[in-house]
Amino acid sequence: MAIDTPLKTAGAPSGGGRVPASSAAPRPPRHRRIGRLWVKIVVALLLAIEIYPLIWMFLTSLKSNNDYLNHSTWSLPTHWEWSNYGEAWTTGNIGLYIQNSLLAVLPALALILLLGTAAGFALQIMVWKGRSLTLLIFLAGMMVPSQMILLPLFTVYFQAGLSGTLWPLILTYTGTGLPLTVFMMATYYKTVPRELFEAATIDGASILRAFWTISVPMVRNAILTVGLVQFFFIWNDLLIALTFTNNQDLRTIQVGLLNFTGDFGATQYGPLFAAICINVFGTLVIYLFLNQKVMKGLTSGAVKG
Amino acid sequence: MHRVLGDRKAVLILLGPALLVYSLIMLVPMVWSLGYSFTKGNTIQGFTGNGLGNFHRLFTDPAVREALWFTAKYAVVVTLGQVVAGYLLALLYVFFLKKASALVRTLVFFPVVLPTVAVGLLFQKFFQVAPQTGPVNSLLNAVGIGSIDWFGSAGHAFWVLIIMDIWRSMGFYAVLLFAGLVDIPEEVLESARLDGASGLRLVRHIVLPMSFPVLLSSLIFSINGTLKAFDSIVALTNGGPGNATTPLTLYMFQTSFTYGDYGYGSTIALLLTVVCLLVTLVVFRVSRRDLTKG
Repeated sequence: MAIDTPLKTAGAPSGGGRVPASSAAPRPPRHRRIGRLWVKIVVALLLAIEIYPLIWMFLTSLKSNNDYLNHSTWSLPTHWEWSNYGEAWTTGNIGLYIQNSLLAVLPALALILLLGTAAGFALQIMVWKGRSLTLLIFLAGMMVPSQMILLPLFTVYFQAGLSGTLWPLILTYTGTGLPLTVFMMATYYKTVPRELFEAATIDGASILRAFWTISVPMVRNAILTVGLVQFFFIWNDLLIALTFTNNQDLRTIQVGLLNFTGDFGATQYGPLFAAICINVFGTLVIYLFLNQKVMKGLTSGAVKG
Repeated sequence: MHRVLGDRKAVLILLGPALLVYSLIMLVPMVWSLGYSFTKGNTIQGFTGNGLGNFHRLFTDPAVREALWFTAKYAVVVTLGQVVAGYLLALLYVFFLKKASALVRTLVFFPVVLPTVAVGLLFQKFFQVAPQTGPVNSLLNAVGIGSIDWFGSAGHAFWVLIIMDIWRSMGFYAVLLFAGLVDIPEEVLESARLDGASGLRLVRHIVLPMSFPVLLSSLIFSINGTLKAFDSIVALTNGGPGNATTPLTLYMFQTSFTYGDYGYGSTIALLLTVVCLLVTLVVFRVSRRDLTKG
């Protein structure tokens, strides 16, 4: 009973409602209208389940501690405490954590895209012996869990004196991001005809030049898509960040958020929720503008992986 | 013919850096980690040889057995949940919402891009019983059921994890499977309908077999991800209560960094890798047999 209840809240609206609806659909109009109503209810419940937690989180981020602890969880904030955001940003160090995340993610992302696009070109457009084997070697990297590389990397970074910097994150993200990027870029290059580069090089351009001036603009869209996919993977990563940021000042947003409660002494719920919101709404903004690309990119990464 | 495209120097310049970084960050550490499994100690204190000691410990350690069991249970339930929920959603999109599904698809997909840590903390508060009665318990109270301490018992914590992961990712599998369903030619569906197939029978005999390939790749992708799940579990339960929700990934992390035993940690990482490879291999083989059958 106790176990059944949460399952129902999460799964049943989609499961329970659809079965009668699906058998009703191809029948005559009178039944169809009933079917339509079912569909509407199912969709409304579905959206409520997906969206309400986020709305609840946002409203809670504007409550004072007293408001949070002593009023119903459904209530609106009695007073809208926008200062929670300022507090999360400064006292909660979210500003610093976001800065760290950006400093680790952006260089890694640039490296991944540059190296990955070049490698994809070399593996798909160029013709040489052993290229399918090389692609397979890259593929193998997608299967192996990160746990398998953490400990040796930790040793190397420690002995190289990189432990107090963000370099371990940049390097590890670049290495772990490459397999999927190389694979996706090689796939995208399949749509570019080889003859194009042969023609260009006959005109005197070197193949390296042709790669940069002809092929890169042609796969511009693909680079943006892969970049988005990798951005979300790296930005949301916890395992690697947790392993290599032993210094409190180096924490990324995810590690910082995980340890957020500790920094205030007593738990401040408003700022905690504000910190979660800041983290969430960053991705929301990107998603708002680029959702079709994000959806396409993430799912195509899955089919190929 | 491919003289310019076979330029070895150009290949080296284009591929070299990526291959070098990949080798140094992934391939070399993999082999190195394998070597660690035969040692004891850590980076700070140094390593000493331990022969097959770690492997002996691996096979007798009850915590490994529990973590392995939890990993398997979690992977199977979440994978089935994700793919089934995603498939039902995809059917909804294709057969009921049709052209109007774009907005719903986009909205339901959104939690996929949310940081796992944020989602974990959100669900922790959403299901909490104290200091504030969270929405889920408030809802239970409203229909006359007492609050449940979701994170106090292994069974409850497990189900919150499952619910969270399905909530987070069903939109992803819905879009993935949607792409497969849209590819089914309209004529095939139409002729099946003319033959009297409708509703569930249409789904079972026409739609399901025709979307089998994309269903399979969803399954493989999902099981690969759930076997490696770490972030969501750390953020929601951190393996608790006790170590009731500790998968291999987390047990490896704790062994290495909380207890400073890199040797044994590497051995657990190796076990995890072997499990991932074996499962992928088995899914591939089973699916190929099924494909030839029918």
